[in-house]
Amino acid sequence: MTRVRRWLPGLLLVSPSIILIAVFVYGLLGWNFKLAMTDKHNEIAEIPGRFVGLENFTGIWGEERWGLSVRHSIVFTLVFVAGALVLGWLLAFLMEKGIRAEGGFRTVYLFPMAVSFIATGVVWRWLMNSATGEHAVGLNRLFHYIGLDFLQWQWFRDPDWGMAAMAIPAVWQMSGYIMALFLAGFRGVPDELREAARVDGCGEWGVYRHVVLPMLRPVTLSALIILGHISLKVFDLVVAVSGKQIITDVPATFMWTAVYDSHDPAKGATIASYIVLSVVIFVVPYLIWNARKGNRS
Amino acid sequence: MAAVAVSVAGLLTLSACGGGDKQDTAGGPAAHKKVEVFSWWTGPGEADGLKAMREIFAKENSNFEFFDAAVAGGSGDQARALLSSKLQANQPPDTFQGHAGAELQGYIKSGKLESLNFLYDELKLKDVLPQQLIDQITVEGQVYSVPVNIHRSNVLWFNPSVLKDAGISGAPKTVDEFIADLEKVKKSGKIPLSIGSQWTLVHLLESVLLGSLGTDAYNALWTATSDWSNANVTKALENFKTILSYAGTPQDDWQPAAKQVADGEAAFNIMGDWAYGYFHNPPEGGLGKESKKDFDWAASPGTDGTFMWLSDSFTLPKGAPNRDGAIAWLKVAASKEGQDAFNPLKGSIPARKDADQSLYKDYLSWSLEQWSADKLAGSIQHGVVANDTWRTAITDAVGLFQQDKNVAKFQQALVAAAKNSGQ
Repeated sequence: MTRVRRWLPGLLLVSPSIILIAVFVYGLLGWNFKLAMTDKHNEIAEIPGRFVGLENFTGIWGEERWGLSVRHSIVFTLVFVAGALVLGWLLAFLMEKGIRAEGGFRTVYLFPMAVSFIATGVVWRWLMNSATGEHAVGLNRLFHYIGLDFLQWQWFRDPDWGMAAMAIPAVWQMSGYIMALFLAGFRGVPDELREAARVDGCGEWGVYRHVVLPMLRPVTLSALIILGHISLKVFDLVVAVSGKQIITDVPATFMWTAVYDSHDPAKGATIASYIVLSVVIFVVPYLIWNARKGNRS
Repeated sequence: MAAVAVSVAGLLTLSACGGGDKQDTAGGPAAHKKVEVFSWWTGPGEADGLKAMREIFAKENSNFEFFDAAVAGGSGDQARALLSSKLQANQPPDTFQGHAGAELQGYIKSGKLESLNFLYDELKLKDVLPQQLIDQITVEGQVYSVPVNIHRSNVLWFNPSVLKDAGISGAPKTVDEFIADLEKVKKSGKIPLSIGSQWTLVHLLESVLLGSLGTDAYNALWTATSDWSNANVTKALENFKTILSYAGTPQDDWQPAAKQVADGEAAFNIMGDWAYGYFHNPPEGGLGKESKKDFDWAASPGTDGTFMWLSDSFTLPKGAPNRDGAIAWLKVAASKEGQDAFNPLKGSIPARKDADQSLYKDYLSWSLEQWSADKLAGSIQHGVVANDTWRTAITDAVGLFQQDKNVAKFQQALVAAAKNSGQ
């Protein structure tokens, strides 16, 4: 009885959230996977669709648009994650060196995070206008004014590296947040350790190389996970910048056209499943690593 | 704890939404008098036109109250996404806007729409609408929508002074002439053809297909015996490729592309006749240009004598909460008075043949004249000839073609699109 009294109130308190998450997150996730394994390629038919196993999952690789959107997603992820990590780290490094008015700079760099991807996209669509030469606007115009015309390019309309341009607004938006993470990481390194290293004959670079950076590993990993899952799910930014055009197609926009334009629920569910799985690939190792670390300590 | 709070808040919001919807659709007798009209007419011109029709509706129906459920967003993308979830939940608005033609097929096949044959008989609409139009929107003997307006898709807009500088005397009559003219403009240093985002290329494709294949062959593409793999289609797609090679840098949308022509940067642009309002209207909503001087138009190359149409229409969903109110609205939308109030403001022409010609000036009078004389063909991009699945597949193929310019692969994709459309 006493034992029950100990765990029952707690359980009652969290059970609404458990139930809601079970139904609306995991239940619907399961339903989505089930739908992806049927041949319900027509939203009109009232029949639920036959079970076809993994046919949709393999079949989609035969579609050129899918290959393209996966490629775009990878390019975007690489540029975005690397860009935000490097820029965020650099900003944090400069802050950590103790500049004047640090609080002011911190706020300024964090501000873009308060903007939604849609608003960012609308502004950057103009900045990254692809017109060049006389009629250039936005950044191309700026390059023209300062005599750097050779830097003008098509931005997100470039067939090969357009998605790298698409990652620029995302880097702009998220690097401040990454800076905050790293700054906390830097501050978390005790001064005693740094001093000890200096006493042992480390130069300033050596202190970072051997003491500070290794201690930033957990922060880096968290940042990687956060950026990675944002990047793989990216939708709003792409839609705000370019709409649903093949040239900037990513899995999420493909899913949108599959569901709302092609009226193909099974295909939409298949793409949704792939998006979830790709995020899982990012997150699960992190969870395992976290759990191991928890056990160790 | 935070999670609990969030989920409880979420639950409250959910139930609040549910409650709200119910009130709208199945409330007491007072609420029943409301007529919910769902459209995507929120822009300048079109919203004014809707208001004019709404005033007529209010005058004729004192027992109903018009409820404007317009959702913003050009060409209705957002509106249709919202609409399809409303219909799936069996909570239809009383009447909704849709492009007349194949775009409504999904709704028709899933039994969401009531046939309007009774209304056509009652109002004798078959006598006042062009026979070809009725043929093209009839599905198995039933008509499911009332067309309010007609837009023309195959219009070639051009800048007369740019043409003059390039040594071109008039608008090109055929696709081959068009290509020769594009080359001349290119030599003069201007952008030969301005284009916008991906959908404007689908729009361009439909004009090139029509101009290259001819009206009958084009219309046959959308029948059960269609053959997309023949050599004529290949030739048309080669033309499309050649024409695209003269295109300037893609602009954000159709307006900046049209503006390039108005500003004298580009010579030609193929866009629907909503571009006229943009060229002609005073600077708040348009560019304030003078027609025939700053800009001019002609049928797109090779399509003279054919009117490639698209039309906004209203429907009667099954289970409409206020069916009588919806029918009252459809009667206004079908009436001469309603169409003549709406169309001059929207910048389109009425679907009815008995419109008051004096209301339609400049471009619109030309368009009205052509509408009564021309053969008809339906637009791809704007939902007339191909259902959503087919249109999306064509759009995808065009988007991929824009990148690799591979005609053979493009044609294969179009053949597959026709086969898999389920139309």
